[in-house]
Amino acid sequence: MQACRLAATDLACRRGDRVLFQGLSLALNAGAALQVAGPNGVGKSSLLRVLAGLLVPLHGHVERQGATGLIDERAALDPHLPLDRALAFWGRFDAVTAEPYAQLGLAGLGDVPVRYLSTGQRKRAALARLLGQVAPIWLLDEPLNGLDRAGAALVETLAAEHCAGGGICVIASHQAFALPGMDTLELAQFSPQEGPS
Amino acid sequence: MTHRLLLLLRRDLALLLGGGRRGATVLPVLFFLAVAMLYPFAVGPDAPLLARTGGGVIWVAALLAAILPLDRLIEPDLELGVFDQLALRGVAEEAVLAVRVFAHWIAFGPPLMLAALPASALLGLDGPSLRVVELGLLAGTPGLAALGVTVAALTAGLKGGAALAGLLVIPLAVPLLIFGAGSLAPGGESGVALTAAVSLVLLAIAPFAGAAAVRSARG
Repeated sequence: MQACRLAATDLACRRGDRVLFQGLSLALNAGAALQVAGPNGVGKSSLLRVLAGLLVPLHGHVERQGATGLIDERAALDPHLPLDRALAFWGRFDAVTAEPYAQLGLAGLGDVPVRYLSTGQRKRAALARLLGQVAPIWLLDEPLNGLDRAGAALVETLAAEHCAGGGICVIASHQAFALPGMDTLELAQFSPQEGPS
Repeated sequence: MTHRLLLLLRRDLALLLGGGRRGATVLPVLFFLAVAMLYPFAVGPDAPLLARTGGGVIWVAALLAAILPLDRLIEPDLELGVFDQLALRGVAEEAVLAVRVFAHWIAFGPPLMLAALPASALLGLDGPSLRVVELGLLAGTPGLAALGVTVAALTAGLKGGAALAGLLVIPLAVPLLIFGAGSLAPGGESGVALTAAVSLVLLAIAPFAGAAAVRSARG
């Protein structure tokens, strides 16, 4: 896996009139995992989008080395297409050669249109897209939502393998996520009401 | 990079032309024909009057037909997160939008030019007028496509965005309409060149304006 690093300095993020967090710095090197924890609305998803470069922070800057993959509540798969063809678009885009989908429990769903898939199946499809992307930095926004217990265990295994292989994992979740060697970032500590710590 | 843009173009064309939920290239064309068909009913079978005003009607119908596909151009991909995934893969929004303008024109311009043939028959246009109408549409529809994509990007994610998009397109398309329909006046053939000039300006602006709109809508 290519060298990767994810660092942020003195981040602040605003949504609407409200500053969600400020004074947040972090640095993750190859193999690191971080869980962003906190109650709903504290800014976990916004932090991930800032780290991904999709949202411009109010203050501070993000340094990314290596390609970034993002999983959020949207699968980015065309709803009217059969799953196989919807995934094939990203597969061709990322020049995927292997077929990494078998382990994800998607076998037999290839000809089902994406709009008929359940939330959990859609999440598994999004994971297939992420695996095909071969990005060293993984940003997972609520990766366990909608997944059954086996699916959740699968995500944890995949994340552990990814970190062991020298990748970076940032997981935003209010649920427990089992990953060896993972640090936890309590985002609420950086909300301006509490003052930067 | 070229390979990725070709993949994007294929996807866009399949979405805008094909049997997908967003398809329905036919809808603007049918709407266009319906307007051309209604007009003679409304003003009566006065052939000279129809022939004199028919070119203008075709232009108004084309402009109105351009509004129909607006809500399918940007909004669905924004909602699906496709723009996010493309940005993560290092594809500039400008490139995505330029590809989409081209795909939208393919799905909208040539079908409209084909539909202008029966429409001009319904309105009793003569051969030379039809020629100018077709040339004008060839020059003007790329501009309408660029304008459509820009406005669709600007209004994506807004409540009632589709209706607002329609209202925004109409005034911005007035220069195209003036030069396009004006080229039908006796001795007004140079209007086609001016229509093309307006189109080129719109085509040059569209990818950048649309990309900025997509980036801000994504926030």
